[in-house]
Amino acid sequence: MTVTDTPMIEVSDLGIRLNTSRGPAQAVRGVSFALKRGETLGLVGESGCGKSITALALMGLLPDSAVVSGSVRLDGSELVGLSDANYCKLRGNRISMIFQEPMTALNPMHTIGRQVAEPLRRHTGCSAAEARKEAIALLDRVGLPDAGKRVDAYPHQFSGGQRQRITIAMALACQPDVLIADEPTTALDVTIQGQILDLIADLVEERGMSMILISHDLGVIAENVQRMMVMYGGTVIESGETNAVFTRMGHPYTQGLFRARPRLGAPKGTRLTTIAGTVPELADLPAGCTFADRCAIVEARCRAALPDVVDVGVAHGVRCLRTDVSMATPIGAGT
Amino acid sequence: MTMLDQSSAASETPLLDVRDVVQRYTLPRESLFKPAAQVHALNGVTAQVRAGKSLGVVGESGSGKSTFARVLMALERPSSGSVSLLGRDLNQLPADELRRARRDFQMVFQDPYGSLDPRQTIARIVAEPLTALGRIDRGALRERVAAVLRQVGLRDADMDKFPHEFSGGQRQRIAIARALITQPKLIVADEPVSALDVSVQAQVLNLMQDLQDQFGLSYILISHDLAVVDLLCDEIAVMYLGRVVEQGRPEDLFAHGAHPYTRALLDAVPRARAGSGRRRRGAQAIASQSSGTTGCPYASRCALADPHCRATAPALRKVGPGHLAACHYAEAVMALPPVAAEGG
Repeated sequence: MTVTDTPMIEVSDLGIRLNTSRGPAQAVRGVSFALKRGETLGLVGESGCGKSITALALMGLLPDSAVVSGSVRLDGSELVGLSDANYCKLRGNRISMIFQEPMTALNPMHTIGRQVAEPLRRHTGCSAAEARKEAIALLDRVGLPDAGKRVDAYPHQFSGGQRQRITIAMALACQPDVLIADEPTTALDVTIQGQILDLIADLVEERGMSMILISHDLGVIAENVQRMMVMYGGTVIESGETNAVFTRMGHPYTQGLFRARPRLGAPKGTRLTTIAGTVPELADLPAGCTFADRCAIVEARCRAALPDVVDVGVAHGVRCLRTDVSMATPIGAGT
Repeated sequence: MTMLDQSSAASETPLLDVRDVVQRYTLPRESLFKPAAQVHALNGVTAQVRAGKSLGVVGESGSGKSTFARVLMALERPSSGSVSLLGRDLNQLPADELRRARRDFQMVFQDPYGSLDPRQTIARIVAEPLTALGRIDRGALRERVAAVLRQVGLRDADMDKFPHEFSGGQRQRIAIARALITQPKLIVADEPVSALDVSVQAQVLNLMQDLQDQFGLSYILISHDLAVVDLLCDEIAVMYLGRVVEQGRPEDLFAHGAHPYTRALLDAVPRARAGSGRRRRGAQAIASQSSGTTGCPYASRCALADPHCRATAPALRKVGPGHLAACHYAEAVMALPPVAAEGG
């Protein structure tokens, strides 16, 4: 694993404006982070918080009507405003993505060998025979049993976990520098989830990729990434080293998410601590802090403007005006 | 298979009594000359639920949990075995009596987007189980709908809206209201919160708990999420390839699980805490559901399996008070240190 000083991917002040059926909506505001080679970052949040849209923006896969502001730099070169033709040269080559649903991410009409070989044929200009050989090696590496024999099988002949292994092989075909995994295990059983996350972690380490792991599951984040960002209403409301965030959570939303999870082995009859209300629609986000309408310790000033990020520890920032109150009693789970 | 708790089951009729249910599906024929292969989705499942108590069913996909739900709801007739509710065998009832008996058991489905008809108003959706039971005066019906909507935390005014006007959590409340309207004794819920966001999931789970306290409902809660089942259920059945491999109170399963599969499931749950780091799991082969395998179905994935396990299938047997397990080495497994509970 080589760690150099220049970040592999650097996102600064990313903003995404989408046209929804209810009018234009600011789906993402002020997202910034930088990842070096071999570093891993987790994005957590509920549906509609902007985590998947952020990933699609990095992949250049937003709808044409979306307006992207800020900057995304891959190994120093700017991606925002890049032409589609140029993006095609990067996608699946230097930056690739593993999707949530392995059932829909694979084309049912083509053999898995052809699908894994496709990025190789497209980007490296190798011959069909070479690509096929490489595809078999990749399928073997991701732990597909009998890769040599099953390379000509179709997606429906595989189980969910095996299909996810195949999509991972596709994503890794060209040895990308940046890997984005969007809820890669949400559709899978808990035992298979462990195997897939182990596989991704091994490959990230082995190939020195930067990884962005998107999940709604705090447990998955806690076990698999070095740093994390919690998103709500299109903004990052808490970010930091995973251990620092889990040891002492700063934002009322992060704390709420943490307390709302049912915990294994909790005493019988425990009531879950809920967060009042529901996730706001992107088209009608509150003016100030996006969490204000659901927050138990909201004040008038919270609604005035989006709060700035406050440092609450080494490399641990919280976008909240009231961390003095929210962090008065420690919430989190230490080692 | 062994009875859950001989003494208490004999003293009163359980609300639900499932005896040795087998459900086989025939696969498409692969050859003209060979008999078609069969899948044993349920392989002799026995369970009792007493009134007001809840049973959780956990297992991976393909373990037979959803087939179990469909058989309980009398949506499918089992290949053999019986399902009795309040002492009546559902599969022996004439069709119109079964329809009337459905008043006592209702279902909540996983996907609140797919389970509500988008073209019907909430009032019609929620009232449907009642209207299916017979003619009811319209005014009385609307009053009844308003009452259940309030019970699940919605407003009377929501009655004339359509499903698309509600969020996922609200839709699941509507589905629960629909199940409640006949005042059932049993609600079978198949993954009721797995499609919901964490913060909304907590609201729905609390609601389910409140309704249970208020009406003395029993739940059969089917879930892949052990923590959800632990929260709501008095007893948990762990299923693997159509069999119950362990059954008992949640605290017994967590403190001294007697089946290696239960321990593997518990251990695989990611822990939300600082310093969790990556825990390595051993590679596990995926077993097949097709018939014809001898020995313990879990043997191919089990670290403790020996030739005896591969030759003889273990029976579900009593390993403690109200605690059953199907493992030759249950006592040894129970003596292992407990799987770490989640902190925080």
